[in-house]
Amino acid sequence: MNVLTDNFSLYGKGLLGTVELTVYASLLALVLGFLMASFRVAPVGSLRVFGTVWVTVLRNTPLTLLFFAVLLGLPRFGVVLPFQLFAVLALGCYTSAFICEAVRSGINTVPTGQGEAARSLGMTFGQTLSLVVLPQAFRSVIPPVGSTLIALAKNSAIAGSFSVTELLGTYKTLNELGYSVVWSFVWIAVGYLIVTLTISAVFNVLEKRWGVPR
Amino acid sequence: MAVDPLIEMRDVNKHYGKLHVLKDINLTVGRGEVVVVIGPSGSGKSTLCRAINRLEPVESGTILLDGHPLPDEGRELAKLRAEVGMVFQSFNLFAHKTVLANVSLAPVKVRKRSREEADRRSRELLERVGLLAHADKYPAQLSGGQQQRVAIARALAMEPKALLFDEPTSALDPEMINEVLEVMQQLARDGMTMVVVTHEMGFARSAANRVVFMADGRIVEDRAPEEFFTAPRSERAKDFLSKILKH
Ligand SMILES: Nc1ncnc2c1ncn2[C@@H]1O[C@H](COP(=O)(O)OP(=O)(O)O)[C@@H](O)[C@H]1O
Ligand SMILES: [Mg+2]
Repeated sequence: MNVLTDNFSLYGKGLLGTVELTVYASLLALVLGFLMASFRVAPVGSLRVFGTVWVTVLRNTPLTLLFFAVLLGLPRFGVVLPFQLFAVLALGCYTSAFICEAVRSGINTVPTGQGEAARSLGMTFGQTLSLVVLPQAFRSVIPPVGSTLIALAKNSAIAGSFSVTELLGTYKTLNELGYSVVWSFVWIAVGYLIVTLTISAVFNVLEKRWGVPR
Repeated sequence: MAVDPLIEMRDVNKHYGKLHVLKDINLTVGRGEVVVVIGPSGSGKSTLCRAINRLEPVESGTILLDGHPLPDEGRELAKLRAEVGMVFQSFNLFAHKTVLANVSLAPVKVRKRSREEADRRSRELLERVGLLAHADKYPAQLSGGQQQRVAIARALAMEPKALLFDEPTSALDPEMINEVLEVMQQLARDGMTMVVVTHEMGFARSAANRVVFMADGRIVEDRAPEEFFTAPRSERAKDFLSKILKH
């Protein structure tokens, strides 16, 4: 039990690391995910191809491999960044592929006539998407995006193996200090629960606010 | 016949895969003219209508709007589309916006009008189609006939040079057809250039300058309504008229 109280600052740093990874990577994943989804439905063929390749490559690469590729690969091209930033890049890009597909399936629930009406009124592709299609897709996109971000929070644990401070990585130190493995992990699990339940709560609120069918 | 052409289609062809849906279409619609397009289902009427504002791209031939060829997808095309309103069989009102917001959206976002000015004008248009009282409702709260009248107001809000109608009354219950046709009759009287795909012969007779009869992707007849309905020349048209007149 005292594993928590004794090592409060260690746990705190780990939790903070996980929260930071989750928040930054989520923002990156959301931005890239929406962007790629709009690429995939764009009238320009090259954008559609880019979006499709993006999703196919990232969704089918094991996340650990992606971490290796980013952390070991990018420095070879002279890109030297803090490990945490590399981790955010890897997590964010990986998750953006899943966000993209959730958004795209949401877009497909909106009848094509909505977009046609918008275009026939002279709206550009961007206006059609942002003013007419996405607001109606949003409702069906909220739950799968929530699940995807919860997966992201848990996937952030992989960053611990790459010298990024995060929650799961604290067990190594605790273990060396001789604390009970079971209790160390219980408190780590509680830490993850705090993060994932917060995401759930946020998305429940969003669903209540926006998810009302008309 | 058309003195001042607004819509011109020259040798337009289109395929869906192997299916040849538009075959050497030549059609000129003059400013202020009302052209009714009629023909059996699958003859290419919707495709013709949608080709005019390039909702469907065509493979060959030229389409001119007010003398300008239709540009490729992009800002230029969007600009041109703003000049041609379209009314769909299934209304396609924006489901997440109120009636007023449906009508004002494009004037604000495309024409860059102020919200107040757009709303003021939208209310005038809703008044004109008899729906001002419903301005703050959502589309799903209106009947089909009311939704279609809002859709017409929405198209008019862009002050288009021409309006395209693709079977605007086909999805309506019989008692709602007239309220929509009356609005269209009034537009025709006001001199709006219109291409109307419809089987409403009363409308064709009273409002149209010409009737275009399509079959199998071709324009088979293009004549004054009275002539067409009383003395169709082609076998296809005779056959088609005998079928719809039986109802
Ligand atoms: N998006 C499409 N893909 C493939 N075939 C289509 C598509 N739209 C229409 N068609 C076919 O093209 C032909 C003409 O269709 P359409 O223009 O809708 O005819 P109409 O409006 O006269 O009933 C029909 O045979 C129809 O099945
Ligand atoms: Mg049709």
